[in-house]
Order: sequence, then C-alpha cells, then structure tokens
Amino acid sequence: MTIFKFTAAAAVTALLAFTAAASEAPVPPAQSWSFSGPFGTYDRAALQRGFQVYKEVCAGCHSLRHVYYRDLAALGYNEDEIKAIAASVEVQDGPNDQGEMFTRPGRPYDRFKSPFPNDNAARAANNGALPPDLSVITKARPHGHDYLYALMTGYKEPPADMKMTEGMQYNTAYAGNQIAMVPPLSEGSIEYKDGTKATVPQMARDVTVFLAWTAEPEMEERKRLGYKVLLFLLVLTGVLYAAMRRVWSKVH
Amino acid sequence: MSASSQQQGPVVRWIDQRLPIFSFLQHELHEYPTPKNLNYWWNFGSLAGIVLVIMIATGIFLAMNYTPHVDHAFDSVERIMRDVNYGWLIRYVHMNGASMFFLVVYIHIFRGLYYGSYKPPRELLWWLGLIILLLMMATAFMGYVLPWGQMSFWGATVITNLFSAIPWVGEPIVTWLWGGFAVDNPTLQRFFSLHYLLPFVIVAVVMLHLVALHTAKSNNPLGIDPKSDKDTIPFHPYYTIKDSFGLGVLLIVYMALVFYAPNALGEAENYVPANPLQTPEEIVPEWYLLPFYAILRSVPDKLGGVVLMFASIFILFVLPWLDTSKVRSARFRPIYRQVFWIFVLACIVLGWAGAQKPEGAALMIGRLATAYYFFHLLILMPILGKFEKTRPLPESISQPVLKN
Repeated sequence: MTIFKFTAAAAVTALLAFTAAASEAPVPPAQSWSFSGPFGTYDRAALQRGFQVYKEVCAGCHSLRHVYYRDLAALGYNEDEIKAIAASVEVQDGPNDQGEMFTRPGRPYDRFKSPFPNDNAARAANNGALPPDLSVITKARPHGHDYLYALMTGYKEPPADMKMTEGMQYNTAYAGNQIAMVPPLSEGSIEYKDGTKATVPQMARDVTVFLAWTAEPEMEERKRLGYKVLLFLLVLTGVLYAAMRRVWSKVH
Repeated sequence: MSASSQQQGPVVRWIDQRLPIFSFLQHELHEYPTPKNLNYWWNFGSLAGIVLVIMIATGIFLAMNYTPHVDHAFDSVERIMRDVNYGWLIRYVHMNGASMFFLVVYIHIFRGLYYGSYKPPRELLWWLGLIILLLMMATAFMGYVLPWGQMSFWGATVITNLFSAIPWVGEPIVTWLWGGFAVDNPTLQRFFSLHYLLPFVIVAVVMLHLVALHTAKSNNPLGIDPKSDKDTIPFHPYYTIKDSFGLGVLLIVYMALVFYAPNALGEAENYVPANPLQTPEEIVPEWYLLPFYAILRSVPDKLGGVVLMFASIFILFVLPWLDTSKVRSARFRPIYRQVFWIFVLACIVLGWAGAQKPEGAALMIGRLATAYYFFHLLILMPILGKFEKTRPLPESISQPVLKN
C-alpha cells in the first residue's frame, strides 16, 4: 500500500502544480467581491455606478454587443428609466418602405449601441488596436474580476530600463506590460449620481462589478437554484443510501 | 416466455407474444444474474450511460437554438446563455457533462484495468468500450469547436493539421477535412452535423457493449467466474438501487460544478470570439484530452508524435494478449496491484504535462511519462504475467464472503 500512498500524494501535487501554471499574465491579487461564494449577489448600487462608468468612460471605445437596454432592469432601473436611457442614443434602423435606412431614438429592445460601426473603424480610431467587446470580458480572462481591477489600477510609470513602444502605456497587470489603452480612469473624471467619491480604485471596482454582471447576468438565479438542487440531491441520495442498505441487508 | 410475464395483464401478454420487449427487459434488467460482490467501482458503467443520455437530451435543446455559421455561432451561444429560457442551465449541464462523461469513463476503464475485465472471455466487450472512447473523443473535440471561440478555432486548426503528417496524401486529406484551405465555415458546419450524429453512433455501440456484457456476464473484484446460484443475485433490485445511489453522488458533484463553478474546467480564452489572424499564447485542449496531447508533443517529429498518440489508444486493443497473466483481478497479483498505481500516476502526469508549454522540465517529464506508459503496456504486462507469483484464488465468490 505504500506505493498507493505515494501515488496519491504525487497525484495531488501534480494537480496543484497544474492549477498554478495556467496562464502567462501575472496572477492578479485577489480582491473580495460581493458576488463571490455560493451565496454571493451583485451589489445594486455598485452595478448602477459601474454602468455609469461604462457609459461615460468605456463606451467611447468598447462595445457591449450582447447586452440589451431591457437587461438594465436587473440593475434596479424601472421601465421609464430604461426607456430614457435607451432613448439617449440614436440607433440605425430600416430599411423603411422607401428602401432607406434611417435613425431613431433607441428602445429597450435594442442592443447597447456600439461606438464603432465595425472593427476596421474601431482600429482606425485607436491607433491600429482593437478595443475588445466587453460583454463577456470577465469570463474571457483568467481570474477575470481580479484581472480587470488590477488592469484599471495598474497604470504606472515604466521602469527606467524599459523600452516602451511608441503609443503604448505601461501597465503592471497586462501580459508583457505594454498596453495600447490609455489610462481610462482618473480621479474625479466622472461625478457619481449617488455622491460616492469617484476615486480610481472606486471606479475600477464599480465597473468590474458591472462587467461581472454583463458576463454572467444569470449568476444570482443560478446560485439560488443551485442550493435548492443540491439540497434536494443530498436528501434524495441519503434516502437512496438507506434504501440500498435495507435491500442489501438480505444478501450474505 | 418467463413465468413472471405470464403474471402480467392481458395487454402486456398480447404485446409480449408478438414482440417480446417485456420478457426481454425482465430477463436483462431484472433477472440478469450479477455477481454479488461488485464494489462501487462497478457503478461507473451505468453512470456513463446516464451521462450519455443527459448529453443527448441537453444537446438536442442546444441545437434548436444554435447557429452553425462562423458569423453567428459565438453570438448564438451567448444568446442561449442570456435569452433562451434556462439556456444557461442547459448549456452548463452540457458543457460540464462532457467533463463528467470522461471522468466517469476513465474511472470505468481503470477499473477494467485493475480487475482484468479485458481478459477472456471479455475481449470484444473491451474493444467495444475502446471504440466508444474513440467516438467520445471525436464527438467532444467537434463539440468544443461549435462555440467558435479562440480555443475552438485554434484547437480545430491544430488537431486537423495532424493529418497533414501523413506522407503523400496528408495535405489533400486536411483540405478535404476542412472543406477548404483553412478551418472555416464549411468546417464548422460539418463538425456540427457530425457532432449531432456521433452520439447516436455511440448509443448503438453502447448497445453492442451491453449485449457483449450480458453474454460474457459481469466480471467482479475477485476476477473468478460465478460457480453457482449462490454467487449471483438478480440485477434488480440489488444493483438498480446501488446504481441509483451512485447516480445521486455523481449528480451532487456534477450539479455543484454546474451551479457554482460552471467555467472552472474550461479555458477563459474560449470566451474570446475566434480570430484566424491572432494565435493564442497557448493552444490547449480540454483536460480530458491532455494526456494524449502530451504524448503527441513528446515526440520532436510531427508524424512520430501523431503515430505515438494514436498508438497509445490502439495498443489498448491488444492488451488482452499483451497481458499474459491467467489471473484477472489485481487482488491476487501482488506486483501488478502496485505497478497499476504507477501507471495511473503516469497518466495523471501526462495530463499535467499536456497543459504545460512543451519545453524544459515539463517536456522531459512528459517524455518520461510517455515512455513509462508504453513500457507498462508493452513490456511490463507481458513479463509480469510470466514471472509474477500470484496469490491463491478463492474457491468461489461466496467462499471468502462466508469466511468473514
């Protein structure tokens, strides 16, 4: 049995090493999020602040193609507020009965308006770099939430010995430390509607919460349903175990 | 016709005389004499069957909402996640179901290796199982391509490119597989079609697997044949209830993943839409294919790697003849029961190595594990059977049970 024990220990070590060596970008420091853990939920106030950061800062370059204005109901906005938010943008529609495209104010059933008509236009406006769509960004990066926060707060002066490429920014969280995105957040660059002080870490946190929601809008429902399912399965499995013991008690 | 079906009502009797489905079920699922000493490792076969059913059921609903087109595939999956009623649940059950399927099947295979379930008279049963494994791999690989994320696209590119290693006809074969000169829309559409087809082929082979099982009958932890009625019990209720309990345990693990860590086993990179112009930092398959990926990459030569990777599975087909020991169960093989665990370790190490960049220490460790994998099967198994001093086999299945 000693070989068995040795094997088991080695297997556990191998698995730990496996989980540790996943990606190239530095592992971002872990933050505490209200939505972590089996009972975690999104903080509605943070979601609304984060939406404001997205709308006033990120939306200049980054699309949110998979999100509809109607989805904002989950943030605590009522129908009239959502209609007003949607109507604040002009979207293209058509063709009309003359065969022509026209613009109209957005409606709740429209997708979030993208800042650029296509990827080429986005690249042309951004020095050749393509600002990624942010709909599922927290799922699309390892340690997505912590990474996003680290990225937003990771802009520093480059070390003296580092050769920076023209037009690139130094960022401690980004793989290779050179990122095309200019520092998006600066102290007081927006004015929160709820009076919260708009520091860079505060805005970084809020926009991360908002993008966590855009990536996993089902999370709260998923966790709520999850513990009911698990509770049911635990009871069922217990009953099945008792039944099995009883049936098998006749076998000798 | 069996006695119990005559106790049934007139309708059942009328049907059964024309199409004996009821007496068939009675015979194969109820009376089927099963060794009474099966342990929990014998749960995994039926678990695999149930996961297959879950995969097909969820897959049918996903297919109703999925669009196999390079411009729409990624978006249609996101639409399933957001706008289809409980679409997120169906997709997460399907996605994690693939991991569960392989987990359960790998345990099932290792159980067969430990207790010698591949030995006479179960060689064809073993072959059919290996064919199921190959079909599963093809199905899982093509399913992973469907969301059309970065890993989907580049995984498809790497794996289909393996065929270009074949001398002379390699390049034309790859073009033929792709339906073009790169992984593109025709590739996605045929993969979708095949991903829908192959699970039903798996069902058919599972049926054959069951026919072979019920012909040769179940092996058991002692590896000896049942001698009398005292050694067996009817499948129902004893193993139906035991399999139900096992299913409960599996579902707890499975659903914990689905509801609380649905993306834990996946690559974040696959939530980035496919981009043929940008190769990801690392291209890695899902965890269940990593050991084979490690074997592939342990050979510096492309053709050699491909040959070795396919050999690692095909060699298992001849295992019934490579293993020269007359004793089935490792319980009575003092050396084999130790080296078996080293073999398990080698497979786990291969999985780890497959996830690393193929360089430095990780590459060396991967090569050593690959070498050991083949050493175990090709050299150790034939030699052990000849020289190992096995422990005496018990008189019958009920004999050792009665002693305790």
